[in-house]
Amino acid sequence: MIEHYIWLIPFLPLIGAATNLLIGKKLPHAAVNIIAVGSISLSFVLSVITYVHLVSLPAEQRQFVDVVYPWIGLGSFQVNLSFLVDPLSTVMILIVSGVGSVIHLYSVGYMHGDKRYSRYFGFLNLFAFAMLLLVLSNSILLMFVGWEGVGLCSYLLIGFWFEKIENARAGMKAFVVNRIGDFGFIVGFLLLFTAIGMKTGTWSLDYGAIKSSINIVPTAILTIVGIMLFVGATGKSAQIPLYIWLPDAMAGPTPVSALIHAATMVTAGVYMVARMNFLYVLAPDALRLIAIVGALTAFFAATIGLVQNDIKKVLAYSTVSQLGYMFIGVGVGAFGAGIFHLMTHAFFKALLFLGSGSVIHAMSGEQDIRKMGGLAKKLPITTATFLIGTLAITGVPGFAGFFSKDDILYSAYISPYGGKFIWLLGLMGALLTAFYMTRLVILTFFGKPRMDHHTAEHVHESPKTMTIPLIILAVLSAVGGYLGMPGAFGVHNVFAQFLEPVFASGFKLPEGSLSLEWILMGISVLAAFSGIGVAYYFYAVNMELPAKTAESFKTAYTWLLNKYYVDEFYLKYVVGGVMKLKDLLSLFDSGIIDGAVNGTAKLGKKLSDFDGAFDRIVVDGAVNAVGDGVVSAGGVLRKLQTGLVQNYLIFAIVGIALLLSFVLL
Amino acid sequence: MLLSTITLSDYLILSGLLFSIGVFGVLTRKNAIAVLMGIELMLNAANINLVAFSKFIDTGLNGQIFALFSIVIAAAEVAVALAIVISIYKTTRTIDLDKEDTLKG
Repeated sequence: MIEHYIWLIPFLPLIGAATNLLIGKKLPHAAVNIIAVGSISLSFVLSVITYVHLVSLPAEQRQFVDVVYPWIGLGSFQVNLSFLVDPLSTVMILIVSGVGSVIHLYSVGYMHGDKRYSRYFGFLNLFAFAMLLLVLSNSILLMFVGWEGVGLCSYLLIGFWFEKIENARAGMKAFVVNRIGDFGFIVGFLLLFTAIGMKTGTWSLDYGAIKSSINIVPTAILTIVGIMLFVGATGKSAQIPLYIWLPDAMAGPTPVSALIHAATMVTAGVYMVARMNFLYVLAPDALRLIAIVGALTAFFAATIGLVQNDIKKVLAYSTVSQLGYMFIGVGVGAFGAGIFHLMTHAFFKALLFLGSGSVIHAMSGEQDIRKMGGLAKKLPITTATFLIGTLAITGVPGFAGFFSKDDILYSAYISPYGGKFIWLLGLMGALLTAFYMTRLVILTFFGKPRMDHHTAEHVHESPKTMTIPLIILAVLSAVGGYLGMPGAFGVHNVFAQFLEPVFASGFKLPEGSLSLEWILMGISVLAAFSGIGVAYYFYAVNMELPAKTAESFKTAYTWLLNKYYVDEFYLKYVVGGVMKLKDLLSLFDSGIIDGAVNGTAKLGKKLSDFDGAFDRIVVDGAVNAVGDGVVSAGGVLRKLQTGLVQNYLIFAIVGIALLLSFVLL
Repeated sequence: MLLSTITLSDYLILSGLLFSIGVFGVLTRKNAIAVLMGIELMLNAANINLVAFSKFIDTGLNGQIFALFSIVIAAAEVAVALAIVISIYKTTRTIDLDKEDTLKG
């Protein structure tokens, strides 16, 4: 039954988006809420039904395709609007529509009173549509539609409060950086398309078709394709070197940050690599690159997060860092672990962002954690849920992040594509994560209040529409990890088992020993607790220490505070280079193209001048000459007309005489 | 004898002279009436020709009858012509042809 209604899952939010964008202005806010929250919630319900249906089938039959509409048909080249349901896409739609619904609900409270209320929900629905399309599509081309769709919506939502120029700029930055990545993505899939088409004569972008003929493509090409697709993923999923847009994406409304960072958009790259796992296992070099980039991102983004003072900036860098972990996971071939972390991260990062939104809401818009403190008493629910999110992200045993992060680190250690170096970077990242998250929590919620009197009076707990989502997400962050309990605990890893059919074709991680698993787990737990402990010592016990440390490592501190000057570097060399190229092209344009156009115009004018002269002199001259000739001939001949009858007679007689003389003589 | 000595060419010479005098009169006279008289001379020169050819060459009387017709028509023509001359005189008070040049181009 549900097989034929899969298309409703992405299209319900689309209908919601269309309604709210087209006629939302005229609707009361309650109607806008019902349409927006209702459509995405219905998608979630349908996703759950799909999941239930899928689980009821035997493991090897858990895959079906819903062809809705033949989209492009050119001879043998056929692209359908078709949806693929398998365990991977089911997990994704559950996360996207589930976390998405919660964020929609939260937005009702957060955006209360905004002047572009219906437009906001229209965009939010559109975002959910694009992401659901991305994860449900059965071909790379349709996936790319969703891929671009989330890029567009991120632009629209990050720059939602476009009255402030920085917000508009942040939107544009996100869009442009994403476009750079998308270029790689396009090159990647078109190369794959061509490589397969040339060899087999089957021109198709469907996953099934690609999967069945992937073996005939040479490894070198697969590696290039893999890397190019990953370039797209670095853009969408904010990896080095294209991560720079994500921290700026904080400019949007906070629920949007939660949506972009947790449920949608940034997970697209991870999903794509997992979806293309059959390709990546044949291109180990691409996988190694992904793992290294992921590890570097996980580590460096965490170092930047150490010193940021904006509550959302800290969370933004932690997102970049956590996405690095996901790429470590998929990069070392542990696709299931990567997706598992994607899911747990969706829970706790959505929670943290919505929690920070609640804080900002309470603080009348203030985002600087140096001006907060002591909020725990006044915001009990926000504080409690935020704490749970922090425990989850730092990897405290028992919470969601612990299981997924540990799974990834363990896989990285034993995988042939990973190794100790990757593992070590990941571990360092985990330590730093624990540090900056603890710092964030202490500075925000504990200690003495540092805000001004006026703001302090206004601090209040958020309305129910905002706290209920927090509680839901807190529960998920607390227990979500038990879905993927590692084998070391002597239970089945339910999550990995569910996803296994999708990744079955590929390679298997080597079997590690149980003791190794326990040792690595112990080390990462130790790292998490030492991070928490050090941060506690710095910010709660010896409170002069942070300033002193910053003073004694001034250079390092400045570098971190300015995010390694990467933005400046890009601005100077990449943007500057493009600008130089632009100047050159503009010169070419004004010199040669405009010159040619102007030259043509001048030539045309000269020609028309010549034509005009010809017309005036030759044509008019001839006409006038004929006229003048007639006039002057008439002047001469009129003299014959004397009016005297006798003259005429003389002519007649002379004429007759002449005629006669001819005839007779 | 007398009759036999007058030949066709004598008639033709006579008619030629008469015609030439008529032409001369038409071309040189200033008076419209005199011009009309010249025209009469030319007509009658033609009549002489008709009669002469009728006598010497034709076997019937066709030429002579034609000449009679011609004389009658000439009389009618002169009547019309004189009426025109009178009408001209009434409008211009002169019948000097050199003065009648309203058709001058």
